[in-house]
Amino acid sequence: MNMRELALHVLDLVQNAIEAQANQITLEIKEDCTADLLTIQVLDNGHGMSADMVKDVLDPFVTTRITRRIGLGLPLLDMSTGRSGGYLDIQSEPGKGTKITAVYQYSHFDRPPLGDIAATVKTIIALNPELDFRYSHIVRNQVFSVTTSELLAILGDIPLTQPEVLEWLGDYLTVGIANLYGGEKFENC
Amino acid sequence: MKTVEDLKKLREQLQSQNRVRHNDGIQIIVGMGTCGIAAGAREIVTTVMDEIAKRKLENVTIQQTGCIGMCEKEVLVDVVRPGEPRITYGRVTPNAVVRIITDHVVNGRIVEEWVVGKIMP
Repeated sequence: MNMRELALHVLDLVQNAIEAQANQITLEIKEDCTADLLTIQVLDNGHGMSADMVKDVLDPFVTTRITRRIGLGLPLLDMSTGRSGGYLDIQSEPGKGTKITAVYQYSHFDRPPLGDIAATVKTIIALNPELDFRYSHIVRNQVFSVTTSELLAILGDIPLTQPEVLEWLGDYLTVGIANLYGGEKFENC
Repeated sequence: MKTVEDLKKLREQLQSQNRVRHNDGIQIIVGMGTCGIAAGAREIVTTVMDEIAKRKLENVTIQQTGCIGMCEKEVLVDVVRPGEPRITYGRVTPNAVVRIITDHVVNGRIVEEWVVGKIMP
């Protein structure tokens, strides 16, 4: 099993947070060419993990799930950061939430491509319209962000799951992310 | 259709047409555990959303579930039509989604070749 894109790891991290009953999730992606780092952070207000659980969570034979006894999401991400000159950091507190930070050496040969972040963010919002979701993406000094609360403020009584709204969201994300790399001349670190 | 202004226009248009949807119709449920995601669940969700928008399926909603222990059969997609058996499709590809939507969701004909489970209502 392999995640071909970092965007799929992001989707998996957000799914973990939702299974931990989070109703507020922040996703931040930072592409820092000067420091040669790519950082992905997912912060949630779910039920969190004890210190023992955090220690065990990178072991592929530990999971909170009962239908299948082997959890693979975080061990896969740990392996992927580790072989790309980076690391995975997990901060968690029971009853408060969890903060997962995945750091990659941007230029590392083994770093998977970021992939289709627009599709990941659209999927998260479409499947979790009740979620207070905040996405921000920084490339050098350019910032693009989308929050469900600002979308809901515009939409009024029209739901986020309305097909025309999701179509708009897909276009808005694709253009917004493309602009991050446009603007001034982008050097691929 | 790309700016925040466009979204405001879209809201006005939808409100004037009174086409706001209700969640009492057909459900399409996609497996979104690590196994589902690694097998391509995001593309399946995207294809379902595109088909719903393209065919203007007013009474179809898309939902998710976690890992249900049939990881080797992911991507798993369930179709629930009110009053009919709940059908689980396995190893679903984007092409299969298009078939499942035209045949089963729209016309009520189960697409047997991808069925891996049936639960009576």
